Amino acid sequence: MVTYIIRRLIGAVIMLLIVSMATFAIFFLVPQLAGATPEGMASRYVGRTATAETAKLAAERLGFNDPLVVQYGRFVKGIVAGAEYDYGPGVEECPAPCLGYSFITRQPVFPDLMNRLPITLSLAIGAAVIWVVMGVGIGVLSALRRGSVFDRAAMTVALAGVSLPIFFTGLVSLLVFSYGNPFSFAAQGGHYTTFLDSPSQWAYNLLLPWITLAFLFAATYARLTRAGMLETMNEDYIRTARAKGLRESTVVTKHGLRAALTPILTVFGLDFGLLIGGAVLTESAYSLPGLGKYAIDAIVNQDLPKVMGVTLLAALFVVVASLIVDLLYAVVDPRVRLA
Amino acid sequence: MTAPLDVPGSATEADPEAVLAGADRKAIQGRSLGQIAWMRLKRDKVALAGAGVIIFLVLVALFAPLIVKFLGHPPLEFHREKIDQSTLTPTGAFGGMSWDYLFGVEPLWGRDIFSRIVYGARISLLIAFLATLLSVVIGTVLGVVAGYFGGWVDTVISRAMDVFLAFPLLVFAIALAGVVPDQAFGMSGDTLRVSLLVFIIGFFSWPYIGRIVRGQTLSLREREFIDAARSLGARGPYIIFRELLPNLIAPILIYATLVIPTNILFEAALSFLGVGVRPPTPTWGGMLAEAARFYTVPHFAIFPGLAIFVTVLAFNLFGDGLRDALDPRGR
Repeated sequence: MVTYIIRRLIGAVIMLLIVSMATFAIFFLVPQLAGATPEGMASRYVGRTATAETAKLAAERLGFNDPLVVQYGRFVKGIVAGAEYDYGPGVEECPAPCLGYSFITRQPVFPDLMNRLPITLSLAIGAAVIWVVMGVGIGVLSALRRGSVFDRAAMTVALAGVSLPIFFTGLVSLLVFSYGNPFSFAAQGGHYTTFLDSPSQWAYNLLLPWITLAFLFAATYARLTRAGMLETMNEDYIRTARAKGLRESTVVTKHGLRAALTPILTVFGLDFGLLIGGAVLTESAYSLPGLGKYAIDAIVNQDLPKVMGVTLLAALFVVVASLIVDLLYAVVDPRVRLA
Repeated sequence: MTAPLDVPGSATEADPEAVLAGADRKAIQGRSLGQIAWMRLKRDKVALAGAGVIIFLVLVALFAPLIVKFLGHPPLEFHREKIDQSTLTPTGAFGGMSWDYLFGVEPLWGRDIFSRIVYGARISLLIAFLATLLSVVIGTVLGVVAGYFGGWVDTVISRAMDVFLAFPLLVFAIALAGVVPDQAFGMSGDTLRVSLLVFIIGFFSWPYIGRIVRGQTLSLREREFIDAARSLGARGPYIIFRELLPNLIAPILIYATLVIPTNILFEAALSFLGVGVRPPTPTWGGMLAEAARFYTVPHFAIFPGLAIFVTVLAFNLFGDGLRDALDPRGR
């Protein structure tokens, strides 16, 4: 058990290293491969309006002419120990977890990210509760009544669900349930109230995004749960459990569902981790000012350091989420502990 | 089927088939796995409907210029006369739908929505197919190599797949599509954007194929026919290409069909977010993004949304049917 945990922790650290390299590659290596000069890259950091001279100076000061290894070292040092940017007019400071420094707004990115995080987190948690309950519940029922009308109807809806892009369902849900239609009960997009200010207003504003996002995931989870349950309910140990005279409900929940849930747990960890790293599409569709919207707005303004910040944070969440899932796995599935 | 030649006597002369001669011969007929799968697929009406829609969409994409010539207006042509200049929304009922403009016109510029949907199919399908091809090639090569050679090669490739699957894909893709300048790698315009999207989507979705192929290779490697080939003196490449790959075609085909819809959604998402193929080139995702700004004209959102939905659903239905036909266990 201890070695298992240690191995997972080492794996997570390696993963973080790889992710930092990949992020670095995207923001520093790819533009160069694509033919951008150091001056060109610097001008993207100090703003498009900068003159050729300032850009050249900035490239020099920001170190875009240095070898890649040196640049990567500085990049990691910034994350761990903070960074200072001397790009001409003055020295700008970017304290400890420097995930990027926006030269357009002249602010470090990290505090911005922390402001946006609660919104994305609210969206993800609320949706996750709905989709897990709905998805797993429907999946189990479908598997137990395989071939029934309920099963077929549920699987048809689920198939439609996985085929609908969320930015379309989002749009349609706003058209139907908001914007002053007869059915309008939900808030229009773009509003967010913190939970602490008013829990009811918080839920009211997020209701539509929650349902839309949950619908998409519930569809996937229902399909996964159904397939998993069908497989486990055919196992020999289920027959043994029944033969022992256990009640059917015990057989289904304790023997069937428990085994069928472990792969779903893995998927859930990844999905949830990905989601809190920025529910880009949902947030765009509903104009929710979360992390994903922040990244998209930054792309539109060519404010790359902000995108880099979101990318790094998102990767961190995924790594942490999969680490937690791995540890939970050991609790849920005894077979893992032996491995 | 070589009988020992030096066995004399009546044993070889006994003809076991003769027993069956009187029975209904037609009942025993050899069928290849492909034939069996095809029979199952033919019975699956839903999957066939999916296949029909896919063929239809491919034809639409191929003959887009012809279709638009007869049924629509050029996708980039403005029709300001169809726009109410005070509200900037289309004149006429249902967003200006008529025989002339089958799906109505866009607000603001009055471009023909029908033509843009038809041309959007090109971008959508082209990117989805090419990206899937790329991911199938990478996934198959690395999956077979990992599964066949095992050891540290397997460890490295499997870890790499884990890393890729755990990446915040969308955010990375947005970043990647965002940092590449308008002219790069000797390309520009739509060519660059399409290649870039194919690369991003294909490069990030190969592990799905790779994992399946690796798993299948692992189990196939232990089978007797591989041992037999090896004992006959076959080497690695021969075994991989002549013995393993033919057995991998079915799973690869199934998962390729199921990856295509994901890739279509991915492309649409990137276009919706404005990092896909750049306007004014029509894309379904891009049209939805524009539609989001004009919620007073619902039909503008409905058509591109339906186009994505129908396409993705068709591929999903066909993929599910194909899986059931080729591998009935998972039913």
